[in-house]
Formats: sequence, C-alpha cells, structure tokens
Amino acid sequence: MSKKLLMKGTHVIGEAAVRAGCRFYAGYPITPQNELTEYMSETMAALGDGTFIQAESELAAINMVIGAAMTGSRAMTSSSSPGISLKQEGISFLAAQELPAVVVNTMRGGPGLGNIAPSQGDYFQATRGGGHGDYRTIVLAPHSVQELSDLTTKAFEYADRYRTPVIILADGMMGQMLEPVEFADPVDLNKLPPKNWKLDGARGRASRFIRSLLLDPAMEEELNWKLVRKYQTITREIVQSETYLTEDADLVVMAYGTAARIAKGAVKRVRSLGLKVGLLRPITLWPFPERAVVEVSRSVKDFLVFEMNTGQMVEDVKLSLEGRSDVHFYGRPGGTVSTPDEIAKVISSLYHRQNIKEGQNV
Amino acid sequence: MYKKVFQRPKYLKNAVFHYCPGCGHSIIHRLVAEIFEELDIGEKAIGVPPAGCAVLAYNYLDVDMGEAPHGRAAAVATGIKRMLPDRIVFSYQGDGDIAAIGTAETIHAANRGENITVIFVNNGVYGMTGGQMAPTTVSGQSSTTTPGGRNIPRDGFPIDLSQMLAIANGSAYIERTSVTSPKNIRQTKRALTKAFKTQMDGLGFSLVEILSPCPTNWKLSSIDSCKWIEDVVTKTYPLKVIKDIGGKDDDLASMPADE
Repeated sequence: MSKKLLMKGTHVIGEAAVRAGCRFYAGYPITPQNELTEYMSETMAALGDGTFIQAESELAAINMVIGAAMTGSRAMTSSSSPGISLKQEGISFLAAQELPAVVVNTMRGGPGLGNIAPSQGDYFQATRGGGHGDYRTIVLAPHSVQELSDLTTKAFEYADRYRTPVIILADGMMGQMLEPVEFADPVDLNKLPPKNWKLDGARGRASRFIRSLLLDPAMEEELNWKLVRKYQTITREIVQSETYLTEDADLVVMAYGTAARIAKGAVKRVRSLGLKVGLLRPITLWPFPERAVVEVSRSVKDFLVFEMNTGQMVEDVKLSLEGRSDVHFYGRPGGTVSTPDEIAKVISSLYHRQNIKEGQNV
Repeated sequence: MYKKVFQRPKYLKNAVFHYCPGCGHSIIHRLVAEIFEELDIGEKAIGVPPAGCAVLAYNYLDVDMGEAPHGRAAAVATGIKRMLPDRIVFSYQGDGDIAAIGTAETIHAANRGENITVIFVNNGVYGMTGGQMAPTTVSGQSSTTTPGGRNIPRDGFPIDLSQMLAIANGSAYIERTSVTSPKNIRQTKRALTKAFKTQMDGLGFSLVEILSPCPTNWKLSSIDSCKWIEDVVTKTYPLKVIKDIGGKDDDLASMPADE
C-alpha cells in the first residue's frame, strides 16, 4: 500500500488505473470528469510505456480502447453520461469480442444534455448492457474515494479474468470529492497471466482473428450462451455488498454510490433517535447482490430504496425479493443531491407509518 | 521436370473467396498477401477489416486480424499501432465504411499522422447491404436508393475523401489506383507496396484508394464494369498520386515496369 494521500476522486481513478497496469487511455472532454483525462495525459507521458490519446470523439475513444485491448494491453476510457451513450456501440463490441477494458462513467443529470450535477440516471444503461444485443457488463459502484481506488484495481482484474468490459459507475460527487486514500502497490505487468488470444502478429504461431460477426445463427446463438455461462460464473464469484446496522433493523435502506453515502448519514441520525434502521449497499450493481437482499428480508419487512433518479435499482430490489417484503422508493433526479437530513425525514416518516400499520394489524 | 510458375501466396489461406464473380476484392486480397511475403512483414501484420463485403477478410488473409465496428477501423488500428509500434498495422475498408460513417475517425487518424496503412476499396455502392448509394456514387449513377441516378441537388456530391486526407498534415502517402486491367493491377501493387513501406519507414499515414468493380450491384458484366470505371468513374476520381512526402521510389524501381 502507498502512504495515505489526500486526493480528488477523478485523480484517484487515474492513479489506481496506472498502478493496476493501465497503459492505454483515450478520452474526450466532458464535465464532470475532465480531471481524469488531464491526469492520464500527464501520468501516461511520465510512464514512458504509456499511451494517452485525446480522441476526436467518444466513439473514437472507445474504438481506440478496442484496438489497444486486442493487443492484450490494459486499457481504459472515461466519460460522463452523454458521452457514455456514444460509447455504447463499442461496449457492445467489447462484450461480443470478449475483450477486457475498463470504462468509467462519472454520471451527471440527464436525459439529453442534462446538466453537470451528480446523478444516478444511468443505472439501467449500465446494468442492462446499454448497447445493442444480449450482454451484460460488470458494474462497480464506489461510495468513497478509497473505494474508487480499490474498485478501479478490481475493475482491471475482473476485465482480464473474464475478458469483458467493466464499468465503474461513479457520479459527479464521487469525482469531485477530496478524501484520504491509500493505493495498492503497482502491478507487475510481466507477472500477469498470458493472453493467448491477443493480436501481436502471427510469429511462430497460427494467425488469429477477433470478431463479432457470426452470420450462422447457430454460431451466434452459441456465442450468446457462452456469454451467459460466463455471466453465471461472474455472478457466483464477484457479487459484493455491504451491510450497515441491519442485524436488528425493522427497516432497511438500499442505496449505492453517493446515495449510499447520504443514506449512511441518515441512518446514523435516525439510529440516534432510537429507530431500528439499517443500510444495505450494493457494491456490484451487476451482478446484483440478490442473495444479500433476500438474506436481509428474512428479518425485515420494509425496504426503502433511495436513488438519485426516478426509480431504477428499485426494480432489481423487487426482482430479488419476489414479493417477500414491501419495497418503498424515494428518489431525486436531475442532478439534485439530497442531504442526510432530508433522507432521515423520509426514513422516519416511513418508519412510523409502517409501525402504525403493524400496530393496527395486531 | 516441372517448374512452378504460379502459386498461392504464403499469406493467403487455402479458401474459396465468397466474393461475387468480377469483384475486385479477391484481386486486392491477393496483392496484399503477395506484398506481405515480398516485404517479409506477414508475421508482423495486424489487420482491421470493416463492416461490409470485406468483413470476412480474415477468412483469406493469413495474418492476425481484429474486426472493427462499422467505420471505426482507423480508431481501432490507432489503438493497436500505438501499443505495438513495431508491427505493421493496416485497415481494409470500403467506401461506405471509410467515407460516410467513418469519416471522422479516418480524417483524425490521418491528421494525427498515425503510422498505419489504409486500403480503401472504392466501388461506389454499399455492396453488402444490396447496392445503396454510397458517398462515392458518381453523379447520375443508379443505385437502389438513387433509382433515377444520383441527383446532385437531392443526394449531394460524390465525396473525394483521398483529396481531403491529403490536406491533413499527418498524411504521408496517398494514391488512387484501379484494378481494371493487368497494368492497373500492377500499379495498384506498386502503390500498396509503397504504402506499407511508408509505414515501415515511419513516415506517417498512408492510404491507397482502389477503384474496384461491383458487377452484381452495378448490374453490368465484369468487362463492362471495368469499362465503366475507366470511362466514367475516373472522370470523378482520376488515377494519380495524390500526396507523397517521401518521394524516393528506389526500392520500387526493381518491380516489373508497365508494358
């Protein structure tokens, strides 16, 4: 581990990526994540063996990443919501061609051009594949600057291990926040497992090709099933969540990223008032921590999902619970950031309402 | 005793081309394979095929290849070349791919001076999708979306991408050739050889635009297709060296001269 440093979220992603062995970065300016692109331009130049390209478009950036990934290099691009929409073509190709890459989305208010304030409007886009075709991407949702670093390290590991694109789903708040952080030691690129699929010239071996066009429907079907089997493995192996004060809780709040950060503050507040409330925070949004939700539901009747959107993850919570518990939702879209006080009021209002209802039932 | 006078080039797979009779792709594939052998770069070559008729180029060219999304070959090739600067990286693209949906990627790769080679096969139609108007369809030319012929006020002008790329400071060598006759095929091979040498010398972006027949979609015989290129298409797209910053052709002097 490095010594403890005080750093901005966007810079932390860049530093963690370089330490994870990222040697190719292509990006295009968009707020609120320009500091990451700027950090990569300086850091890649200082590395000697690193490549930085300011691309002419988001499309070009993701396609440059496809090319770099084909050579077996650890590659990354980053953007914010409207730019991520443009990258979806390339993300679909990365998934189909089974290429590892890391894509950072520092979400902002939308739809359309929206604004540059923190938002969580891209949950569906990230967790449902986002581009065309039947695929998923691993989606990691950090809720602190330290986690931005830790999950960036993991993103590169997962991308290589499963040969699939990994999305780091942050938001403007995470990106702009200054917090202490400790970094993992730099990866020794020579010690990584060999990539026996990469393109580096057919010297002393048969030529290779990496494609996604499969005109024969039987072959395309087999690719789709192969991806499904891979996604099942990923779901078994990497799903991750955090529980906070859920053991004795009557009500559990579910939130991720910045919303989870706010919700944690709110839970602390209502706990000090004697309300038995906990927090369940998905860290992997895909795969979704279904089992953790079901586990918590054994002793909890009410879930409150809080998101910085009009209700997206709430659907995954309902799908996980399959009617086992009641699911309530509170959301603020468009780049509005709730305070812990606001969420504490929502929690206590719901808490008391549900208690009254239970009292009537007795 | 027999003497072998003709054989499949080393870097062409033993496969039957899927291309239509009279199509130029088979000729161009063979030229590329011959050049890989002659320049001894087949083991260093990494190709990027397009979306289009030549998407299956990896079924024929026996070198590493990675497929790009439609139009994005220059960006994918950029990523490959930047990570492996000592390899020979090329894209193989049609006119719809490179001059419509991929215009931005191509112009900016040229302008950055990416040290890659682009093989631009111009047949004036979207072949794989059934013969719609391409950005390069010449004025008056019929296609499935220009049934009365390309009408400039409605459909716009045919684009001269090679000329546009020549303006970019990062482009080093750009030539337009055709494959309509043995003479033109030899010139195409010279141009492609020079393009790959441009990359080997690290001079920057090189591109050969090859006017190529599409008898199926043009609804002409193979011979009439070649005649159409020579009589009509070359009026819009004249065969010539469009840009050459290197200039020295010494190595090419040893190649067979035109008859």
